[in-house]
Amino acid sequence: MILYWTALGLSALSGIPGLFLPRKGGVASAVLLCLAAVAGLAASARVLCFGLAWSQALPATPLGPAGSLAFDAVAAFFLIPVVALSACGALYGVRYWEDHHENARRLRLLLGILAAFTGLLTAASHMVTFLVAWEGMAIAAFFLVTTEDREPEARQAGWLYLVTTHLGTLCLFGAFALTVPATGGLGFGALPGGFVASGRGTAAFVLYLVSFGLKAGALPLHYWLPPAHAAAPSHVSSYLSGVLIKTGILGMVRLLSWVPDPPLWWGGAWVALGALSGILGVALALGQHDLKRLLAYHSIENIGIILLGLGLGTLGKSTGHPAIMVLGYAGAMLHVLNHGLFKGLLFLAAGSAVHATGTRNLERMGGLAHRMPWTSGGFLAGAWAICGLPPLNGFVSELFIYLAAFHALPLSRSPWPAVSLASLALIGALALACFAKAYGIAFLGMPRSPGADQAREAPRAMLAPMGILALACLAIGLAPALAAPALDRVVAGMTGSQALPRLGTLVNLPALSILAALLLALGALLWRWAGRSRSERDVPTWDCGFEGGTPRMQYTASSFADGLVTGMHWALWPKVHWRRLTTLFPFPTRFASHLPDPVLDRAGIPLAGLASRWLERLRFFQGGHLPVYLLYVMLTLILLLLWTAA
Amino acid sequence: MIGTPGVRILHVLLQVVSTLALSPLVPGLINKVKAVLAGRTGPPVLQLYYDLAKLSRKRALFSRTTTPIFLAGPVAAVAAVLTAALLVPFGHFPAPVHFQGDAVLFVYLFGLARFLTILAALDTGSSFEGMGSAREATFSALAEPALFLGFAALAKASGSVSLSDMLASPGFGLSRAMAPFILVLVSWAIVFLAENARLPVDDPNTHLELTMIHEAMVLDHSGRPLALVLYGASLKLQVLGALILGPLLPRTRHPWLDWGAYFLGLALLAAGVGVVESVTSRLRMTRVPQFLVASVLASAFAFLILLV
Repeated sequence: MILYWTALGLSALSGIPGLFLPRKGGVASAVLLCLAAVAGLAASARVLCFGLAWSQALPATPLGPAGSLAFDAVAAFFLIPVVALSACGALYGVRYWEDHHENARRLRLLLGILAAFTGLLTAASHMVTFLVAWEGMAIAAFFLVTTEDREPEARQAGWLYLVTTHLGTLCLFGAFALTVPATGGLGFGALPGGFVASGRGTAAFVLYLVSFGLKAGALPLHYWLPPAHAAAPSHVSSYLSGVLIKTGILGMVRLLSWVPDPPLWWGGAWVALGALSGILGVALALGQHDLKRLLAYHSIENIGIILLGLGLGTLGKSTGHPAIMVLGYAGAMLHVLNHGLFKGLLFLAAGSAVHATGTRNLERMGGLAHRMPWTSGGFLAGAWAICGLPPLNGFVSELFIYLAAFHALPLSRSPWPAVSLASLALIGALALACFAKAYGIAFLGMPRSPGADQAREAPRAMLAPMGILALACLAIGLAPALAAPALDRVVAGMTGSQALPRLGTLVNLPALSILAALLLALGALLWRWAGRSRSERDVPTWDCGFEGGTPRMQYTASSFADGLVTGMHWALWPKVHWRRLTTLFPFPTRFASHLPDPVLDRAGIPLAGLASRWLERLRFFQGGHLPVYLLYVMLTLILLLLWTAA
Repeated sequence: MIGTPGVRILHVLLQVVSTLALSPLVPGLINKVKAVLAGRTGPPVLQLYYDLAKLSRKRALFSRTTTPIFLAGPVAAVAAVLTAALLVPFGHFPAPVHFQGDAVLFVYLFGLARFLTILAALDTGSSFEGMGSAREATFSALAEPALFLGFAALAKASGSVSLSDMLASPGFGLSRAMAPFILVLVSWAIVFLAENARLPVDDPNTHLELTMIHEAMVLDHSGRPLALVLYGASLKLQVLGALILGPLLPRTRHPWLDWGAYFLGLALLAAGVGVVESVTSRLRMTRVPQFLVASVLASAFAFLILLV
């Protein structure tokens, strides 16, 4: 308990010294957040390794009812990415943000506060505590998204985020209000059997799904996510993507743990949402040329994978197949952690590249692997892991979800396992294409702009957090058996049942480690053999005898993705600006293509415009005269009196 | 069926040796069949062995644009496929390593090889190689679901997610699972041709850059890295071939006869590819996705039939 409160307290206070120390503020906050991470990891390890969970009632305040905390296995598991990514982010921010003095204090202060509120949320087991942490987190995140408040883009993204997150909170209020009569209190606890099948239970479920889906960025509720992730400073994006959107998943996990008898369609709903988010998320990512937006769309894809795992686990729970449940839930939870690690890494590496080249546009990067070898290695490790390629950690969690789907195939006539399988395979292949594009165009080949040509490697303080995250990815990938006992505890905590099959009996984890080691050994051996040959290294690219290729002749990001994007144009509607050559004598022409967001740009903005035009008529009531407003108040009072009297 | 540990070790050794030593024979056989059908003498069947020996003694050129990724591509193409070869049963004897879910690892190891090959191509900064890598990424995005839906059908029929069980029963016991079995084989045959850069998807013989996929990606390799690329391609032919042959080969009474059946099957498969390549022409690039979607649909139908 002490460790947990120490972690939260240190996080919350980490920005305070920086208010008074303009020069060393970043270092102070990084040190405090690293100490918080040590305390938080120790607190998690106590629960995950030794099962020493605890709960605590918070003292009542004059303003509201008492809350309560329960630091169980689920909370301990979610706390790991919270403390790890906030510490890595702060360490990275010391050098990354040093030339932006104007907002550095605010950035440091709010990053710590955001981490503290997220930490509080993980353990909240009371509706009021949960809502307080939820709102605190949302507001801190709003100020972080708008760190660069001189840029209109950041302000817009911030407002969009603020409106969206409050929409989600509103739904959450409704859902809690519907749940309270069933449980008879504000504390989190098991719902009575049969509640979820009732109309009230269904309404509550939909509200929960919308609220948590908005936070998690599941398609089509994702529209706030790409602008917010792109506008925030990179280490904040890394936290937003690695941790903040997972609190939506945390909410869903809590919801699942209250329900003893989820109906069959719940699992289907999650799988459907997951397949939609996963496939469209990665397809939308393919068409992006802004590196940070591309990564943001990949967060939507990974949320989709997590939802697939949750859905399959729920199918297992409602049909009474513990093996499916364990595999699905364990896969989803491990993917939560894994995504935190590799997406955090990717955003940090992307941030270094953006910092060094001065652009977020992939088409203006290129050749960075020569100029920034360590950053490039970090991005490659993240890309390797996020594509689910062995021997890194992304493969392990995806394997669990695949196995859950395979185990669920014999379920009588349910289409969802096959849907999950096909969509996982498609997501995997598309993610591979997308990261081959992102890494290949940004880091390989020749520099495509003077900015990329003059890029310099990031300082060590920025590389160290990337190294830590990459090593964590490799460790989970090489020795997944070490994570299995913790996952067993988390799944037991999620389902409230202790008599579940162990993960180690369902998946042959040692074989995975052996094969990963074999793969690395074979690779090293062949590398030695091929690399040691006589070679000549200062020659131009052959390019079919066309010596002297220029950077402009290289394949671009848009041309790389063109085949897939036009292949999916029925879902993506790419916009192409091109005067087609029609006459025999060609005139100068230009080609440009971009991929607007289907929800925000195609539906949200036009609908909002339409609504504001129609609602203009209600301006009539807003005359600006105080007596008229007083009249409204009185009329309302009279109406209410009449209503209560009647 | 497994037998004593000694026999088991002998089988594992046989699988490892036949993977390592035999695979360059497959492209040789294909080329010989093509040459005979075209009325030519053709290169000797062992040509690829000579090429590999020659290339491993040659100097390698590395463009000044490239980074270590350029070498990682060929290395991964061999290392990942060799690891995958340990997971797939050659014939009906269980693979050296088998566990629930090895089918997923099998596919993802090929994904790893593809990922690094694509990156190695982009590393050169050559527009031709960029073109080839974009095509490879696009077409494999369709081949992968086809492979997985085929696995789903086989898993449903056999009740296991291990390649060694899924591929072990010839023709699913030739019962009501006959139709899905044929559909899965058709689907996988298309995947086999596409993944191995064979006609009608890709022409391994042309060096017209605009029409190529795989060859365009490896244009800049030379010396030992090129040897690895060629060897990796032949390994892929054999390992993916074993995947198709598994459920197709009859089960004999004796495990050693099963090995004979496997080698014969592999030779027939190579001959079949040679015949296909002699009688078809390459599809237009825009038609290739349709060909691959047909393969996705075939395995999806196979699964649907098993569902009812």
